[in-house]
Amino acid sequence: MSATSTGRTPATRKKKRLYAVLAGLTMLGVAAALVLTAFEDNIVFFYSPTDITQKDLRPGQTVRLGGLVEADSVKKADDGVTTEFVITDTNKTISVRYAGLLPDLFREGQGVVTQGTLGSDGIFLASEVLAKHDENYMPKEVADALKKSGNWKETEK
Amino acid sequence: MHRFANPNQFLRIANPLLPWVAWLAVLSIGAGLYLGLFQAPPDYQQGETVRIMYVHVPAAWMALFCYASMAIASAMALIWRHPLGFLIAKASAPVGACFTVICLATGSLWGKPMWGTWWEWDARMTSVLILFFLYVGYMALVDAFDDATRGQRAASILALVGAVNLPIIKFSVEWWNTLHQPASVIRLDGPTIHSSMLWPLLLMIIGFTAFYLAILVVRTRSEIAAAKIRNIRLGQVHG
Repeated sequence: MSATSTGRTPATRKKKRLYAVLAGLTMLGVAAALVLTAFEDNIVFFYSPTDITQKDLRPGQTVRLGGLVEADSVKKADDGVTTEFVITDTNKTISVRYAGLLPDLFREGQGVVTQGTLGSDGIFLASEVLAKHDENYMPKEVADALKKSGNWKETEK
Repeated sequence: MHRFANPNQFLRIANPLLPWVAWLAVLSIGAGLYLGLFQAPPDYQQGETVRIMYVHVPAAWMALFCYASMAIASAMALIWRHPLGFLIAKASAPVGACFTVICLATGSLWGKPMWGTWWEWDARMTSVLILFFLYVGYMALVDAFDDATRGQRAASILALVGAVNLPIIKFSVEWWNTLHQPASVIRLDGPTIHSSMLWPLLLMIIGFTAFYLAILVVRTRSEIAAAKIRNIRLGQVHG
């Protein structure tokens, strides 16, 4: 409005600034995308059992393993503190041994993230177990009704 | 849009709007808190802990929303030289920072009983923490210069650069394996949250947004007054 009445120069300057900002943001976005893709291996919070089997882990290297606790796989050892269970991503499975307190949400079919080392016998020795919550929120009655009607879908990968 | 960049024009619209958004904020937050904390059912897995969500999710949403408004206002100020943009961005920063703190604190309180940890360096949590540092950096930078306009320009560029973080926060739970669960409300196949829990949550989101708008009007008004006083003082010194 006022820019057109005072001549052309201010309008072009505004355009120039607009293009400069847009170009700057685009380049920044590309740079960020490249950095994030390059560091993807460090950004992921945990590896799935499939990832772990494909990786060359140093003996004793601490990693996080995440997935679903396989149904009917949780066993309490006789000492009362050690728990053994199987983590699955529905493709590969890894057995986990953990001595300690489990979080409230830990149960079969639930997502968990464990931290520890993969032993030479293929059993993952966990030093920490975190429960992962999924994105479904519903009252208990609804969950029961869904399970009863057979519309229950297991989420999580 | 450009018409409202005039401070007087802005005040002519914002002032009558203030009581409306203020009352909307009070009523929606009141109703949302009552419905969320007392009426909504406990979750089938989380039990009563799910009620933290009614504060956590709106706070997280506002942390992003305030930053987006700040970045847009800064861009307007940098490109079209609308000084009001600087003032709106400056007025938004502490509000957004507070929402980010609320989001991080409530998330931590939820994380301990549910995940079994207060804090983990997963992509979602780390990127939100970076958002908090961006807010703090903005607030430090905007007042770090003797010449107010230089501080405003430097801080606005920071606000624009930091905007790259917003999509990273939003999509962090989809791009990478995270401890944080994926989105429940804004997702392609519709919300995965039962309507009895979704309504109190939406009320809280409306309430928090209205609260931000009300605070924004009050704070921008005082920023405009401060800028006027500064100009008068400068005029006295040079005159």
